[in-house]
Amino acid sequence: MLHPEEEWRAHLAQGRFMIQRSRSTGRHVFHPRVAEPGTGAQDLDWVEASGQGWVHAVTVVRKKDPAESYNVVLVDLAEGPRLMSRVVDIAADTVRIGMAVRARIDILGDQPTLVFVPA
Amino acid sequence: MTHKHGFPRGKTAIVGAATFGIGRCPGVAAVDMAAQASLIALADAGLTLADVDAVYTSAPYEALGGMELVEYLGLQPKVTDCNRTGGSAFEVYVQQAALALDAGLIDCALIAYGSNPASVPPKAVGMTRPSPWEAPYQPLAPISSYALAASRHMHLYGTTREHLAEVAVAARRWAQLNPEAAVRDPLSIDDVLGARMVSDPLSVRDCCLFNDGAAAIVMVRADRARHCRKAPIAVLGAAHAVTHREISGMPDLTVTGAARSGAQAYAQAKVRPRDIDLVMLYDAFTITPILFLEDLGFCPKGEGGRFVADGAIAPGGRLAVNTNGGGLSCVHPGMYGLFLLVEAVRQLRGEAGERQIPDAHLALAHGNGGVLSSQATVVLGTAATV
Repeated sequence: MLHPEEEWRAHLAQGRFMIQRSRSTGRHVFHPRVAEPGTGAQDLDWVEASGQGWVHAVTVVRKKDPAESYNVVLVDLAEGPRLMSRVVDIAADTVRIGMAVRARIDILGDQPTLVFVPA
Repeated sequence: MTHKHGFPRGKTAIVGAATFGIGRCPGVAAVDMAAQASLIALADAGLTLADVDAVYTSAPYEALGGMELVEYLGLQPKVTDCNRTGGSAFEVYVQQAALALDAGLIDCALIAYGSNPASVPPKAVGMTRPSPWEAPYQPLAPISSYALAASRHMHLYGTTREHLAEVAVAARRWAQLNPEAAVRDPLSIDDVLGARMVSDPLSVRDCCLFNDGAAAIVMVRADRARHCRKAPIAVLGAAHAVTHREISGMPDLTVTGAARSGAQAYAQAKVRPRDIDLVMLYDAFTITPILFLEDLGFCPKGEGGRFVADGAIAPGGRLAVNTNGGGLSCVHPGMYGLFLLVEAVRQLRGEAGERQIPDAHLALAHGNGGVLSSQATVVLGTAATV
């Protein structure tokens, strides 16, 4: 069977942002699962995401030192699924809903992590 | 199906209700508080532990919590439930207890909760596993999730931070009329707007309290309820909807499961939103009552911010909302849902003192759990509404 989280992280560690797609329904799935939500379709393939998306919602987590404040966003992927991430390479509080963004894999902590930059 | 819309309208009633230890309750365990509230609620009903044959409880930080209270009180219940729908658990218990009572499976349900995180800070490791899909981005749990929903509402509908502040100020003004409320000092719109930002657009004054408190209610069938100590409060409807777990999985950030649970509860109760005299809405953050006022039909989608403006839900406003002061100013010990029900009972009985609303016959209590994930609506009424 699929090992959803493990396989996703393995792809990410190799520099690839992969999502799932059902052969029968054609719909994309994220976060990774053993079946498509709603239909239960288990014919899921790993496909490379385009990396294109748009900011759907945004918050800025405020720290005592403003330099340490950071944003947390929900991004709508061009393929359809929505996920949580951050928009980096831009002042934390200048991210706006509707902003076009592009995926990038950064090291956050010591883990390869999916983030977004302004497109 | 035995009952229309799947619910035994008016066949069961809340006959006992109590709170205990609101604010600070040091030197005891959470289960001590839940037990104390249970005994007060039973005395309120004119019943004793010997009458109880079902226990519904959500203990903080204890995966097997339902059994802890059973042992503590020396009960031998036929039904013991400890569900995991967060703050909405208690509205779900009312639904489940009503069904079990009506079926004759049980005769007397005790719904109880106690928690004192202000006096006994919880361990760093909570009851929930961090989401592998969200935790790397370090959202503050749970506030950032609610902040994301608020950002979306502001973007789509022009809701403002002033609108959010109206919710906090209205709660505080009700709290000032409730001697039990934990925080009663004055609060202005400017105070909220100027408060320290935590997770935009929410400031620390847009967030509920995290203090101590316990509560309990007792439910029996309507025939027995007539012989209890106080006027029974009928359970007219109770419905539940879950839409997601994490905020990134919420189908629509501006429409909660309350749209479904509310519609079903109204149909069960055979009432409409405009019939409701008292609206008790889970106010974990100031955005939540705005969303629930819309989803429960008190105003159109998107109008919640404008609906609460100009003190509309404060004392003397157009709709009585959260008359105990809410989670924002009265009590929020982690899971607040039971306190909504107790306040509704007190108002419908006419026991609410200085904050009593006139001619209260129908009340709605709406619980929220997770990050807008679980929504449960209960409609309660006086004997005249059955």
